Amino acid sequence: MYDFSYHRPKSVADAVGLLKSKPEARAMSGGMTLIPTLKQRLARPSDVVDLGGVKELAGIKVEGNNVVIGGMTRHADVASSAEVKASIPALAYLAGHIGDPQVRNRGTMGGSVANNDPAADYPGAVVALNATVTTNTGKHAADSFFKGLFETALADGELITSISFPKAEKAAYMKFPNPASRYAMVGVFVAKTASGVRVAVTGAGACVFRVKAMEDALAKNFTSAAIKDIKIPADGLNSDIHGSAEYRAHLVGVMARRAVDAANK
Amino acid sequence: MTSATGIGARVLRTEDKRFLTGTGRYVDDLPLSRATYAYFLRSPHAHAKIKSIDISAAAKMPGVVNIFTGKDLVDAKVGGLICGWVVKDKHGQPHKSPAHPVMAVDTVRYVGDTVAMIVANSHDEAKDAAEAIKVDYDVKPANVDLAKALDKGAAEVHPEAPGNLVYDWEIGVKADVDAAFAKAAHVTKLDLVNNRLIPNAMEPRAAAADYDKGTGNYTLWSTSQNPHVLRLILSAFVLGIPEHKLRVIAPDVGGGFGSKIFCYADETMVCWAASRVGRPIKWTAERSESFQTDCHGRDHVTHAELALDKDGKFLALKVETIANMGAYLSTFSTAVPTYLYATLLAGQYTTPLIYANVKAALTHTAPVDAYRGAGRPEATFVIESIVSKAAAEMKIDAAELRRKNFIPSTAFPYQTPVALQYDSGNYPPIIDEAMKIADYKGFEARRAEAKSRGKLRGIGFSSYIEACGLAPSQVIGQLGGGVGQWESAQIKFNPTGNVQILTGAHSHGQGHETTFAQLIHDKLGVPMEQIEVVHGDTSTTPFGMGSYGSRSLAVGGSAIMKAADKVIAKGKKIAAHLMEASVADVEFENGVFKVAGTDKNVPLGQVIFAAYVPHNYPITEVEPGMDENAFYDPANFVYPAGTQICELEIDPETGTTEIVNFTAIDDFGNIINPMIVEGQVHGGIVQGVGQALMEGAVYDKSTGQLISGSFMDYTMPRADNFPSFKLGYKHTPCPHNPLGVKGCGEAGAIASPAAVMNAIHNALSPIGVKHVEMPATPLNVWQSIQGAQRQAAE
Repeated sequence: MYDFSYHRPKSVADAVGLLKSKPEARAMSGGMTLIPTLKQRLARPSDVVDLGGVKELAGIKVEGNNVVIGGMTRHADVASSAEVKASIPALAYLAGHIGDPQVRNRGTMGGSVANNDPAADYPGAVVALNATVTTNTGKHAADSFFKGLFETALADGELITSISFPKAEKAAYMKFPNPASRYAMVGVFVAKTASGVRVAVTGAGACVFRVKAMEDALAKNFTSAAIKDIKIPADGLNSDIHGSAEYRAHLVGVMARRAVDAANK
Repeated sequence: MTSATGIGARVLRTEDKRFLTGTGRYVDDLPLSRATYAYFLRSPHAHAKIKSIDISAAAKMPGVVNIFTGKDLVDAKVGGLICGWVVKDKHGQPHKSPAHPVMAVDTVRYVGDTVAMIVANSHDEAKDAAEAIKVDYDVKPANVDLAKALDKGAAEVHPEAPGNLVYDWEIGVKADVDAAFAKAAHVTKLDLVNNRLIPNAMEPRAAAADYDKGTGNYTLWSTSQNPHVLRLILSAFVLGIPEHKLRVIAPDVGGGFGSKIFCYADETMVCWAASRVGRPIKWTAERSESFQTDCHGRDHVTHAELALDKDGKFLALKVETIANMGAYLSTFSTAVPTYLYATLLAGQYTTPLIYANVKAALTHTAPVDAYRGAGRPEATFVIESIVSKAAAEMKIDAAELRRKNFIPSTAFPYQTPVALQYDSGNYPPIIDEAMKIADYKGFEARRAEAKSRGKLRGIGFSSYIEACGLAPSQVIGQLGGGVGQWESAQIKFNPTGNVQILTGAHSHGQGHETTFAQLIHDKLGVPMEQIEVVHGDTSTTPFGMGSYGSRSLAVGGSAIMKAADKVIAKGKKIAAHLMEASVADVEFENGVFKVAGTDKNVPLGQVIFAAYVPHNYPITEVEPGMDENAFYDPANFVYPAGTQICELEIDPETGTTEIVNFTAIDDFGNIINPMIVEGQVHGGIVQGVGQALMEGAVYDKSTGQLISGSFMDYTMPRADNFPSFKLGYKHTPCPHNPLGVKGCGEAGAIASPAAVMNAIHNALSPIGVKHVEMPATPLNVWQSIQGAQRQAAE
């Protein structure tokens, strides 16, 4: 990796101050994407601002009808949290199936959501559960947060402090992992919450997306049979040696049906 | 078995303590004072002319000690890397032998080809400098697609090999085979691809070198499977450093699977540059370099035809293969698709006539050479795939067709039509046992039950034979091999009675330190904890050929037994003197010399002590000391054989395959340590299933970029992909080595791809799928199902 200056601030304000004063600075939460990128010399930040020392960013609490998870909360902590398991078991399941044990013990929810890797798992949950992303400067609704390939609504110097997930009446996540990396090749999060039924797909396209036709069908009849004839167009979906766009489109249907079945169990 | 730790005992591996506690000493762990670090600039293009290399800016970068390019090697008259096996084509002409410069001079021929070596005070500084080297490339069209590599108009890799053809080789008489086909009641035809694999040893390749200016001696530490052979190649062919001035040490090595047999550019450069730099040099491959520059494995395109009579007896087999050599001929590359492949095409069967034609092709990809099984997995895949296909076509049970054609146990030694003479074997009881353990009878019920869950269940056989324990030196010489294939051993007792076994074999995960110690414990009665196995250092061990081709126990172990016999013979003379008896009356058993028919005895330890402190000693007849050498050259290959049965379930909605049962019954001859053998079989099966379901080196067919260049895209098998394997043995001891052993290192990988793919076809044929190539990834299987459904609809 190239040389950079390393900082470990203790507060959000100090972290934001550092990020704003150094134009080539990068924030690091778990570092599960940034560190490999640095090691491959694919990024050359002047400064790395490690958020690991900002205690206020980690933690899980239930506030009314919402589960609020701090940006620096590790995947393993989400997976094993009694609150999450009780309120939104599908979210705990998702967290428990990210990467491998090493990744789950380093990687964070805020880091994953801010990075918006097209094959990341969390964006599916954020969108399907209609979560709210809270930052040091304000709040973003899930639908307007994810903008495109590795792109989000976050401005420079804006850090995810927490994400608030409404409790779900029914929810499930089904992932078809890439055989090599085990990232989501297609991941479908299906949720029935106070704001209705949502079907969010990650891995298949450049960015998480919703499947309106499935949502409408499931709103009327929350069974896998209700969506069995809904075809997803392959246009614009990802294509690589592990899966053609057509295959991914097909898998969206399969994973959605399996997610609905799991949610009904 | 003589004790709880002797031959046949499941002794825990003594080397594992250091491996599992992080105290192994690998090349990269070497503490070398004043060390410099090398980094190699590698070609980003599959094929390009180098118009110029400008190192001027890089040379001024901080920490840079030296930069070398191909031109420096030309100026220093360094030889090229060699291919050590001359294969003669069907006209008797030696194979085309294109130059293989250690570093590219005017042309790069694959992505990863070595362009410059940067030596700096740190790895990062070397890498920084590499980025400042300006190479002006004139990019040329690349020849990447093996199936088209020999076509007119394919980009030429080397002018010395027109049309990219290295050799057009054959075995068998084509006219006889054609005549048999003309009389056949049934002919089964098969086109298949044996997918290209990347070895991925856990430890990347590494090298370190130090030059002693005072003595002129070089020391090279390398992740080599065969340090003596590496030294020989570097001395005699490449660098010209006399053998006695070059010490090669292969310390703890973390896996090789064949990929660490060969002499590579980077270790050659590290050694050569050490004297020029005047400080030690260290280099360890990054994982992405391993992907690009380790020799890859397999990579065949094959058409095969099997002729059968109306009862299913095999009449003849015809095989045409194009084998990928990559961009340069690696050390043993030419032998792999010929003598290690086509000679195995008889398999376990009495097929009377076999003809094989192999064309070796150059492409703009990484060199291809031996990889676990080396030719034998490719042969087994051809035979076992076409036999299962023939069974399906003729509606004969797959096991029954095999049994009908097995070489009968009474026919050994059995001369095949493709040169090999199998020494021993008894195949029917193996398949019977496998079918019993796999509950073959209950399969159709399990298939029906799986169907009720929406799953397609299939079962597949693979009855393999392999020739390993390489090998009788004279045979190897007749076939064009450039080395002997014996093995050496030295048994060196110390005055206090403990012992070192020095072996020319090399352990890079196989557990030799335990297995070899068990041999001596069993034979001489020395306690296990008083035995040390030493290997991997050309200055301490006798010249040896190293480990590959499942040879270490059959050849290296036999050498150890020979040396032990010499210890006993000498010990008897000393013991006779001590006991005042005649040598002819002295017997040796369980570590004690005895005078037959008396209670006189003297333990081995006392004899050893007398040998080193010869105060009361037959000094005029027997030399002092106890240090015996042996070299063992085997009379034949050894022929492990077995049957594997794979049972799997496919989810037709996603194309995902799950292995639900896997049975392997093997004949490995006598077994020294069953636990270690099971470990080898487990690892081999996993590698073979990896090839069948997951692994595949993918190059972009136009640019030659390696798409599967990291673990993000190259699928490695993992523990959660497998059930517990069911293993068993049906042994016939090898008749020609003193241990009666065969070899077990490669068998799992040789047999399993066909077992898996036959099960895949068995599962998918009811829904109309005709052929699936390896790797049968979820995408590949799903697309095959889609294709069959489209066809059915048309």
